Amino acid sequence: MLVHSRAARALACGAFLLLAVPLFALPFLTVLTASFAQGWSGVLPSAFTTAHYAAAAHGESRDALFTSLATAAIASAAALTVGSWAALAARNAGPRLRRLTDGLFMLPLAVPSVVVGLGLLVAFSRPPVLLNGTSTIVILAHTVQVTAFAYQSVAAAATRLHPALEQAATGLGARPARVLWRITVPLLLPSLNAALGLCFALSMGELSVTMMLYPPGWLPLPVRIFAATDRGAVFTGAALAVVLLASTLVVLIGCSRLRTRALYR
Amino acid sequence: MASAALGAMPTRPRRTRVLRPGVWILPPLAALGFAFLYPLALVALQSFSPDDGGHSVEPWRQVLASAAFRNALWNTVWIASGATAGCVVLGFFLALVIAFVPFPGARALGRFIDTFLAFPSFLIALALVFIYGSAGMANSLLTGLTGSHGTPIAFLATPWGVLLAEVTYFTPFVMRPLLAAFSQVETAQIETASSLGARPWRIVHQVILPEALPSLAAGGSLALVMCLNEFGIVLFTGAKGVTTLPTLVYSRAILQSDYPAACVIAMVNVLLSVALYGVYRLCLRGRHRRGGSRAGA
Repeated sequence: MLVHSRAARALACGAFLLLAVPLFALPFLTVLTASFAQGWSGVLPSAFTTAHYAAAAHGESRDALFTSLATAAIASAAALTVGSWAALAARNAGPRLRRLTDGLFMLPLAVPSVVVGLGLLVAFSRPPVLLNGTSTIVILAHTVQVTAFAYQSVAAAATRLHPALEQAATGLGARPARVLWRITVPLLLPSLNAALGLCFALSMGELSVTMMLYPPGWLPLPVRIFAATDRGAVFTGAALAVVLLASTLVVLIGCSRLRTRALYR
Repeated sequence: MASAALGAMPTRPRRTRVLRPGVWILPPLAALGFAFLYPLALVALQSFSPDDGGHSVEPWRQVLASAAFRNALWNTVWIASGATAGCVVLGFFLALVIAFVPFPGARALGRFIDTFLAFPSFLIALALVFIYGSAGMANSLLTGLTGSHGTPIAFLATPWGVLLAEVTYFTPFVMRPLLAAFSQVETAQIETASSLGARPWRIVHQVILPEALPSLAAGGSLALVMCLNEFGIVLFTGAKGVTTLPTLVYSRAILQSDYPAACVIAMVNVLLSVALYGVYRLCLRGRHRRGGSRAGA
């Protein structure tokens, strides 16, 4: 306990709430309120409506939601596969190779996502691989963006893993593939799950790389939110943002439920 | 389950295939090379290839001399440094209260701030439009109170709006490692310092801060890198008035199709961010080493 007197503690808590509530809670509340607002020129909206959600439920907005969900699902699955493969393989590699892998797989975190998009645009608009204008390039870009997070969390979990179980299995004669499949992967399941959820959420909200690359037929929800707010339809944008957040949260909660079940097993 | 499966296995020793363990790292490295390193190398190459053919430093010379680039570079650097300073100060205070001045709901709030990390950044920018925009809550509250017309708060489309949004969005990135470091601080140390008569300010300064400094540096440099690279927030809030390096890359490449110039700006941005990211990794390594020596002692 850092401060003992009641007054000092009240002061600290008061300052905390005064800073944290407007900064972190107010943004969510306003977006949520705005998504139901008919017009908002006073302190509070003048009237409420659900028309923005009705508009979000069909037409191009619904397509955009499906596009986002499909992109995020494929990209996070691919990122988890590549990232955890690399993290697990790096454990058995030599120290120098491991450090190299670590650096290379974390590099996409440091490179601006706009540059990742520019690179894909430059690289795949020319032979030998032509991907520009397809949905594949968007999914590939999202995969590149989130692989670092998958790698990071799986690598962190793998170093915390006690080697005794794997060593015991190897000592009993299990082949490396069997050790991996029956021991390592089940033990890592909770963190694999968490990594999948994180990758999915990040891909759902990804805007910058998508803005660089999206083709006319594959328009994810964040781009549509930007287009709506850019032409002044801010309430539609807010409703779409709430839809985006809600669908992300549903998937995240689903992932965490899976995780608890994996822990009970 | 695993033990049952192993119990059923034959106990005779098997021949293990001789395969260097390092080989298994090659497929994911190849995938990364194809999707990330090869495009990045082409960006570097393209930055030396002007549109009229051949290879020269002409794109670099033109871009580095242009006022738009210098303006964007200056904006990027000062907004990112300012936002990081804000994040570090604010994050340190908030994490300190959550960890050492517990009050009901503090932990839940900490967890809520944690979920911030998975949310898209442009959401914050969108929210700020409703709060501080020209027809937003704060302005109508002020005009209602003072009876004046016009917009008393008009900073949203300026760099300050971007700065505020970035502080909001990136503070949790500083808080998370700090909370982890604070949980390592011995309560006994604080109690001892406190019973010896040290004021809270002195305890923070002499006991907690030295312990948390590596984590603070790590979180701060991560926030700095992410601020330098931020695109969504700038696009949503300051799109008309504020250009940073990422938005300049976007407008040169997508709106003007000037790829060599876009690639030059991209390379500058990459060099800046990767250098800072190297600092972040050094901070992390320092933190681990400290942690290791503590555990060994």
